Formats: sequence, C-alpha cells, structure tokens
Amino acid sequence: MSGDFWSQIFGFENYGELLVLVHNSIIAGAILGVVGGLIGPFVMTRDLAFAVHGVSELSFAGASAALLFGVNVVMGSIAGSLFAALLIGLLGSRARERNSIIAVLMPFGLGLGILFLALYKGRSANKFGLLTGQIVSVDNPQLLMLVIISLVVIAGLIFVWRPLSFASVDADVARAKGLPVGGISIAFMVLLGLATAVSIQIVGALLVLSLLVTPAAAAMRVTASPFLTPLLSVIFAVTSVVGGILLALGGGLPISPYVTTISFLIYVVCRIIGSRKRRNGNNGRVLAAPAVTTMAGGGHP
Amino acid sequence: MSTEPVLSLHQATLSFGDRELWRNLNLEVRAGEFLAVLGPNGTGKTSLLKTILGQQKLSSGSIEFLGGPVHRGDQRIGYIPQQKLLEQGTPLRARDLVAFGVNGNRWGLPINSRAVRAKVADILESVGASDYANVPVATLSGGEQQRVRVGQSIAGDPRLLLCDEPLISLDLNHQRQVSELIDEQRKRLNTAVVFVTHDVNPILPMVDRVLYLAGGRFRVGTPDEVLRSEVLSYMYDTPVEVIRSRGRIVVLGAPEGYGAHDHLENHRTTTSAEVPE
Repeated sequence: MSGDFWSQIFGFENYGELLVLVHNSIIAGAILGVVGGLIGPFVMTRDLAFAVHGVSELSFAGASAALLFGVNVVMGSIAGSLFAALLIGLLGSRARERNSIIAVLMPFGLGLGILFLALYKGRSANKFGLLTGQIVSVDNPQLLMLVIISLVVIAGLIFVWRPLSFASVDADVARAKGLPVGGISIAFMVLLGLATAVSIQIVGALLVLSLLVTPAAAAMRVTASPFLTPLLSVIFAVTSVVGGILLALGGGLPISPYVTTISFLIYVVCRIIGSRKRRNGNNGRVLAAPAVTTMAGGGHP
Repeated sequence: MSTEPVLSLHQATLSFGDRELWRNLNLEVRAGEFLAVLGPNGTGKTSLLKTILGQQKLSSGSIEFLGGPVHRGDQRIGYIPQQKLLEQGTPLRARDLVAFGVNGNRWGLPINSRAVRAKVADILESVGASDYANVPVATLSGGEQQRVRVGQSIAGDPRLLLCDEPLISLDLNHQRQVSELIDEQRKRLNTAVVFVTHDVNPILPMVDRVLYLAGGRFRVGTPDEVLRSEVLSYMYDTPVEVIRSRGRIVVLGAPEGYGAHDHLENHRTTTSAEVPE
C-alpha cells in the first residue's frame, strides 16, 4: 500500500524514454520559468500578488470557454487574462480600490470557468488541467505559441525595465522626470496578463502564484540588489518548473504539486538565510564611521 | 548671476470646476532663492508644484520656467518627495535610487556606464550618504532615505528644486539635518528652491520668502511680512493668532487644521489620487 503510494509520487521506470518524449515541454517550462522569475520582483514591488491571482481566475474562465467552444485554449486564456489585467490596471490605481476590484472579479471568473467546464463534454483531464496544470499534455503547436508569448514578455520587460523600476518605487518622482507613469503601469499589466496566461498552461490557474510570486519573494529575502534579485528569482523559478516536470514524469500525477512544493521549499530556505543575514546586520552598510556623525539609527539612545 | 527669474507666474489662476485654488497669482523666484509654500490642506500647494512640472494646466494666466513655457519632464527641475515606506526586500539600493536621478527616464535595462557610476558616487559623497550606498533603500531610516532623495534630485544639476513635504514623518533632528542639506545644495549649485511644507519652523532660518495660500487668497513676502496675525486673519477671514516663541512660529486658530498630524493623514490619502478634472 505505502509502496504504491510512493511509486505513484516518484516513479522512474522507462525514465529515459519519457524524457525524450517531453524534452520540448522541459524547454518550454524553462522559458516560462524565466518569465515568471523576471516578472516576479515587479509583481512584488508593485504589490500585485493578489492581482496575479485575480487575473489567473479570469484567464481560467477564458481558457475553459475556449475549451467549450473548441477554439485555441491558449488564446482563450490570454483573452481572459488581458481583460482582467487591463480592467485592474485601469480601475485600480490605488491599492485599496484594486483589491476590491480583484475580490469582485475573482469569484466571477472562477464561476464562469466552472460553468464552461460543466458544459464541456470532452476529456475530463483537460478540465482538471486548466486548474492544476497540464504542460505535458500541451501539444507542439501550442507549446510553440507559449514560447513565443514568453519571448514577447521577456523582450517587453527588458525594454521597460529601468523606467518600470523607477515608477514602481517612486511614481511621483518618475512622473516629474517626464516618464509616462500611467502608460508604463498599463504596459506592465499587459505583460503580467500574458505571463499569467502562459503560466496557467503549466501550473494551472490555482497555482500561478507559485511561479510568478514565490520565486521573487524568496529572492527578495536574501538580496536587495537590482541584479541579483531577478537573477536568483529566475534560477528559483526555472528550478521549480523544470524540477517539477522531471519529478512528475514517472508518477502520472499533475506537475503542479511538484512545482509548488519545490518553489515553497526554496522560499523557506531563503527565509531562514535572510533572517540569519538580518540578525547579523549584514546589509552592506559601511560601519567605519562612528554612529554619531552619520544619520544611522534614527532613534534615540 | 543673471537677474532673470528662474520661475515666474503672471496672473496665474488654477481652478477645478467651481473650486478656485488661487487667482491672479504673481510670483517670481530667482536663482538661489528659497521660497517656502505654506497653507492648509486643499489650497493648491501640491497643485502649484504640478503646474511647475507641466502636469497641470493653469485655468488662466501664464507660467514660465527659465524664460520658456513649462513642459513635462524638464530635466532642469529636481523633485524631492516625502519619505516613503518601501516593501522589505525591494530590489533597490541607495545608489540605485540616485542613479534614477541621472538616467531613470531611459528605457532598457538599468546597466550604468562607468561615468554614470562615478557621478552617482560623487553625489552620494556630496550628500554624505556614501556609507550606505549599497544598503537597500527599504532598510534606511527616514532621514537617510531623504538624504539619498536629495542626492537623486540634484543628479540632473537642476536650476530649480521642488520639495513636496520632504520633512514629513522625520523626527526633529532629521528634519534639521535634511533641511540643512537642501540648503547647502542650494548654495553650492545656486539652485532656486520651492519648498512646500505645512510647518515652516524647520526651514525658517533659510527661507528667503514665503508664499502663503489660504481661503483662495495668497500672500508673498518675507516670513516677517507674511506670518503675522493681521495678515493671516485677513486670509482666513477669521481671527488667527501668530505667536513667535524661541525662534519658532505657531499659528493658532486657523480653520481646517494647521497641525502636522491632520495634514499627514490627509496627505497619505491624496498622494496617489489624481487631481480632479
């Protein structure tokens, strides 16, 4: 009994042959990991983690509608997430407003999605896949599409990187410097919508946060360098996705629990390292000068 | 030094619908001059800064910066906002914040040339922030953060420095240090300073003139000319008492609240809000 249980979770029979079959998925997974890892730090600094969840539910609705009507699922999922992302971007410039809009959108999207799935008479694996991930079952043309969209998102992020970082931490000053802060924000929501739509194909609508938020949150625990943060976040995301696909191969279970568990474990480790680092006061401050002459501390003796 | 004003407003009026913030405002600010903009909430102090930044059009009248029309993103204007609380782990160090002042409006990846890095290092040195150049901004104290923001604002060698409540939520000691730092940079660069504040006391020693906005009226003059009971009573249309005690100025009886606390709360909720059409 318990042997069955474990072999269902970790199976490595005919592993070599399976690997050949899914090597496209692994490449696609790695690219999606790069997308999630790069966009994550911006999701965190712009306080959009909840928005990602909201967008993914609408994306799920779009994808299940596409499944029901027999059109391209990836396109359906993109349509849903762009709709949600733009709505959140246009209506929710302030955090409190944004959160209520998302809270309203999310159950609506999920409800619609469930409706479409209930009406769908096709393979039930497809249904479940939208919620919990299905990359291995994605066919090659769709895989190519995911890769192209991912590359678009990566290119877009590279283009807006500096102004986006500036506007994310200091919108007022960025505006004073002449940056189109509102436009940048909408552009970012579009990129986020696309990133969410492609991530859903791998980990499913319910678990998108593990790809778009957890790796970045983990990286931000151990560093605040503008170079190391995205780099680590990408490494963590790619490790989670590719590791998840590899572990899931033999077992016949969806890949999402593997992906989410790996990304969660990375986060836990980073949290521990981060709190050690902070306790040691290791944050890059030069301590040569006596504290009285600097403005350090800020408190009273 | 040229005697041409850096900033000039003629018969400038700003109103949103029925609500008129100020009417026929005439103001000239010269190089190296320190102007404090005072007044209760909702009198258009921040809107004045937005007008100077080209983000807000005047309802009537004209505004000129260095002899030309104002426009968005004028790199000859520096801007210092109030301190902000940043999410722990925000991937941004003090030196990155200053670098935004040099080239934050450029597209692409934030990879800086040797020249830019050298310039950032110089600026950090000149504002006394070199020791924490590599410290995440989110872990800096409020005073340190504002010190870095002063550095960011002077990175483009501005002719005019706009300060929007930069001392808010700092303790008295840091208020003094940051305002002295701004004053020091003003003298070093001969920059004009327009300083919006709810409390004139921390900057009183360095202020040349005051623009006081209240009740749709305005007064321009030295602190001694403007901050008097008769003047403010007239502006508020109600008896107001201005008390000077040990080098500090306290305004009593002003309606709409003049206290720091009241203002702070109001400011927080309005900072991210768009100005009504």
